[in-house]
Amino acid sequence: MKLPSFAYACPATLSEAVALLAAHDGEAKPLAGGQSLMPMMAFRVALPSLLVDLRKIPDLKQIQISDDGVRLGSMVRWRDIEDDVHLAKAHPLLIAAIAHVAHYQIRNRGTVGGSVAHADPAAEMPGVAIACEAEITAVGKGGNRIIKAADFFLGALTTALEPDEIITEIRLPPWPAGRRFAFQEFAQRRGDFAMSGVALYYDPDADGRVGNAHVGVIGVADRPQRLATVEAILNGRTISDATLAAAAEAASAAVDPHDDIHASAAYRRSLTGTLVERALRSAAG
Amino acid sequence: MSIQFEVNGKVVSIAVEPRMTLADCLRHELGLTGTHVGCEHGVCGACTVLVNGDAVRSCLMLAVQAEGSKVVTVEGLSNDQELTALQTSFRKHHALQCGFCTPGMITTAHALLTEEPDCDADRVREVLAGNICRCTGYISIVEAVLDARSAYKKSDGNRP
Amino acid sequence: MKAANTYVGSPVERVEDWRFLRGKGQYIDDYKCEGLWHAAFVRSAIAHGTIRRIDATAALAQPGVHALITAADVPRPIPTIPFRRPNATMDPYAQPVIAADKVRYVGEPVAVVLAASAALAEDALARVVVDIDPLTPIVDWQASEQGRTLLFENTESNLATVFTATCGDAEAAFRAADYVRRETFGVQRQTALPMETRGLLARWNAQTGCLGVSGAAKLPFFNRRALAKMMGLAESAVDYIELDVGGGFGARGEFYPEDFLVAFAARQFGYPIKWIEDRREHLMTIAHAREMHGEIEIACRRDGSIVGLRGTIHVDIGAYMRPNGTTSVRNVAQFLAGPYHVPNIHVESRAVVSNKTPAGTYRGPGRYEGCFFCERMIDLAAGDLGIDRLEIRRRNLLTAADMPYKLPTLVPDDGFGKTACDSGDYRTAFDRCVETSVWHEKRDLVGKLIDGRFHGLGIACFIEGGASGPRENARVEVTADGTVAVYVGSSAIGQGLETVMAQIAADALEIPLECIRVLHGSTHYLREGFGSYGSRATVMGGSAIMLAAKNLLAAFADAAAARLSVPVADLTIAEGVATAPDGRVVTLADIAGGESLVGEGSFSNSKPTYTYGSAIAYVAVDPKTGHVEVLDYVVVDDVGRVINPLTLHGQVTGATVQGLGSVFSEHLPYDADGQLLVGSLADYMVPLATDYPNLRAISMQLYPSPNNPLGAKGAGEGGIIPVGGAISNAIASALGPLGVQPRELPLTPPRLWELINDAGSSATSAQQPT
Repeated sequence: MKLPSFAYACPATLSEAVALLAAHDGEAKPLAGGQSLMPMMAFRVALPSLLVDLRKIPDLKQIQISDDGVRLGSMVRWRDIEDDVHLAKAHPLLIAAIAHVAHYQIRNRGTVGGSVAHADPAAEMPGVAIACEAEITAVGKGGNRIIKAADFFLGALTTALEPDEIITEIRLPPWPAGRRFAFQEFAQRRGDFAMSGVALYYDPDADGRVGNAHVGVIGVADRPQRLATVEAILNGRTISDATLAAAAEAASAAVDPHDDIHASAAYRRSLTGTLVERALRSAAG
Repeated sequence: MSIQFEVNGKVVSIAVEPRMTLADCLRHELGLTGTHVGCEHGVCGACTVLVNGDAVRSCLMLAVQAEGSKVVTVEGLSNDQELTALQTSFRKHHALQCGFCTPGMITTAHALLTEEPDCDADRVREVLAGNICRCTGYISIVEAVLDARSAYKKSDGNRP
Repeated sequence: MKAANTYVGSPVERVEDWRFLRGKGQYIDDYKCEGLWHAAFVRSAIAHGTIRRIDATAALAQPGVHALITAADVPRPIPTIPFRRPNATMDPYAQPVIAADKVRYVGEPVAVVLAASAALAEDALARVVVDIDPLTPIVDWQASEQGRTLLFENTESNLATVFTATCGDAEAAFRAADYVRRETFGVQRQTALPMETRGLLARWNAQTGCLGVSGAAKLPFFNRRALAKMMGLAESAVDYIELDVGGGFGARGEFYPEDFLVAFAARQFGYPIKWIEDRREHLMTIAHAREMHGEIEIACRRDGSIVGLRGTIHVDIGAYMRPNGTTSVRNVAQFLAGPYHVPNIHVESRAVVSNKTPAGTYRGPGRYEGCFFCERMIDLAAGDLGIDRLEIRRRNLLTAADMPYKLPTLVPDDGFGKTACDSGDYRTAFDRCVETSVWHEKRDLVGKLIDGRFHGLGIACFIEGGASGPRENARVEVTADGTVAVYVGSSAIGQGLETVMAQIAADALEIPLECIRVLHGSTHYLREGFGSYGSRATVMGGSAIMLAAKNLLAAFADAAAARLSVPVADLTIAEGVATAPDGRVVTLADIAGGESLVGEGSFSNSKPTYTYGSAIAYVAVDPKTGHVEVLDYVVVDDVGRVINPLTLHGQVTGATVQGLGSVFSEHLPYDADGQLLVGSLADYMVPLATDYPNLRAISMQLYPSPNNPLGAKGAGEGGIIPVGGAISNAIASALGPLGVQPRELPLTPPRLWELINDAGSSATSAQQPT
């Protein structure tokens, strides 16, 4: 499975990178960590004529925590997130979710931007982005724009990015104290893509009633989804066995997965309900 | 393209096509065949090498991306005179059979133990989950890595 | 062996490790040479069809592409791959070395591209146009048996061969039995998946008319013979060279079409040709294994003694019968009863072809499947009869009084139609296993829901046949510096052959291990050899080495006597030194310095050995996800004699983990068009380090085999054999309250969940397992 032929560029600036992408009429692709793109090229299902390596571009590797949330440069690696001592408190859901990403060696190269741009339906970062209403900053020949996560993921391996656009940053909104959260996924083996995964949080009021519920799910559709019906059931209620059962049932009904070689649709549907229930139990403590 | 990088402490300058992976470059251009290719799609871990101290899948890296980096392969973690502490532990625990996954296990274990000499069995298993072995069933490999921790705990920073 | 050395039985650390740990192993892709051409294979993308046209014009026009071979370039008749154990019915089902008019599986070689690099060869593949008119694909055994579409002209069915195993009078036994039960079971298609893919490097020397092929494994001598015949060469003109090999497990070393095509290309063009299989290709073309469907019946007395076993087993062998294609078919029939005393047996095992990758051997071929069938039946019978699951087995296990125990006779006789369990009291391994396991400690938790998971216990017992004949050969040679070269016909596939053989030789010659070098598997070392398969290397190769060592010492004694001018009988020979009564000495090196000092040995064997054992699994099943955690697993075997406890333990543990992958996650599914749906290691899921940490393996040496001078029994495959039975029985016991009875493998979480869901949550009238 040798790679097909391609040209390679390693520009020193973002505008050079954008210009290269723009000049190749959709046939060029940015190269970040390569952990998703390279296997696709090894299988010859991705055949870009040019790879634009982003590794020399400055200012894409920062992690900023401030009043407007957590800003992750697109070239931040999973490894960098693990190593950042402040993120565990600043965004515990992010930390919980990305603990499931792939394996040790991949985590040393794989990037936040790469994962979001690749948009695998079972990937954790897109799930976090959707659940947390992240904002994705993209730079193209037309300039900067900010794309809301809800508008970003269009289908399996398909995003709102234009061929000349490069993600520079992902912003997760600020994480208030007192927020309850959980991430639960089920995969056959450690590091495998999830057969279903749930990223959720809510802000309880003084009586412990759920508010601002955000329930995201991965692995059961062609893109990560928010489960609005589940959120509607949760908001205003306390976490009880009855609430959990109702939420689980709503979650199973809300998703419409397909059969594939690993699992049936019925299984994924049931699994999603189970994971929502377990995640809520874990979040409630 | 002409590239220059350091491999096992030596600077090398070579010309490669962009499409050549770091794994193939090490094996076929530099004759360092200790790094093995088991899948070419980033799953099996047999191709693991250290790039600037990080364990990476060399089949998922282009040789041209190694420009300016320090690469260490299993050969760079060995010497002709004797087995290192990590290698001795592998041998003692019979942590290899056919030897094909072994270089990847050695480089990965070395990276882990260098950063985390206090890692426990669960952490070792978690990290080694990125390296497939079909012969041993893993238990002896985990034991070997745990047994090698003491060699990495030397406070004078002497790397075995 | 004298007591001077005690390498045999000691946990000697391996000599192979010196090079493997440093990355200095020499696997086939580590080799290169001048003027190499690289081969890539154009393979059928269609499961069943007629080839209309192959157009390579665009491919050949690419820079760096040297040539292309199709069937048109191969002299007619296109050679077919021979069978290792031929019989009357199989000939029409043999595989041609290249598809000529028909293709019969996705992945079948249709053409060979030769180019300046592996990348360029692969680039060229996409430019070769192959037009195939599709035919109806046959993708399951029922359609194959039905025979509406036949895969081969000149045949009346898709049934390549049938083996029948019989003893006693099964019909009468079933008629008279107190209890009879009939069940259907299935095992999925899977593959051995060694970490190194296949590879070959072939060189043709036009001056000498000799062919060298590197990358051999397992059966280099058989493969050489086959290749020489296909190429019209004398065997002596073909050399098969074994290098380091990254695992075999039964799949590597089969004679594959590529083994011919790479060699053919080397001779055709006069350049050395290298081919390294990639992993996607591997999943599609390496021998698949284990796809079987069994209709099994058990007959018992009320007290649980098994009086009869009957079965019809359909084995989907894929598109062609290959050299190792019969092994699992005949094994599942002959060994269905495993380690149990069953006086009346009638099992028919039917090998049917289908438009899928041809099947071959995978560790414990037919034995793993048979053990699963039999052990599930025993648990079901125990439940029906109200007998304790341990007790019913202990009652039926073979004892020392039964030995040698004639196993059912197999027809047609492939040379091993009659065999007998050699020695042992199978209750000893059983008792040790029960005692070491958590069975008694945890039995009250069986079927209970604890923290959301059902707990269960399961047991399976097995025999492992080893040391198959006809023979193995060795030559021991002392060099002038006193070191010893041991040549043996066995092949190394990662099992520590160099160390184990050196231990045996060192003890036999009474010299230090460091003085010995073991050279193996290459055809230029010995005039004849057989190889490593069916757990035979230690026994057969080891015994041959012992004989060779004995002959060497005899030759040494003669030469020393002559040198010292004393009668041979007056010499004392010990630790490589011959001492005359007056104290003068002569060493091995002294003699070897002056003349050649060699001993040859050939060990013939018609009586396989039978390692036996038991395994107990303790599991927790999450009914909501279908996930099973193996909380504890212990396997105990008696291998007759332990040569190296370190390597033996590694074999049993490694085999057990492979078995767990077989039960829980490995699967090669096909769709209705005969397309393989798994193409990467992301989808073909083998165990990882995090999956099965709680395993224990204990080996004993209670009952040596009487059939070889070592007293050893083959032990490389035993670990895998009981896993399907032990785990599925454990899961059945855990889910007893739900009435779930696993009958089909694999038990992936989604598949187990489906079983749980279908069974419903109400407790049924199924017997609670005890």
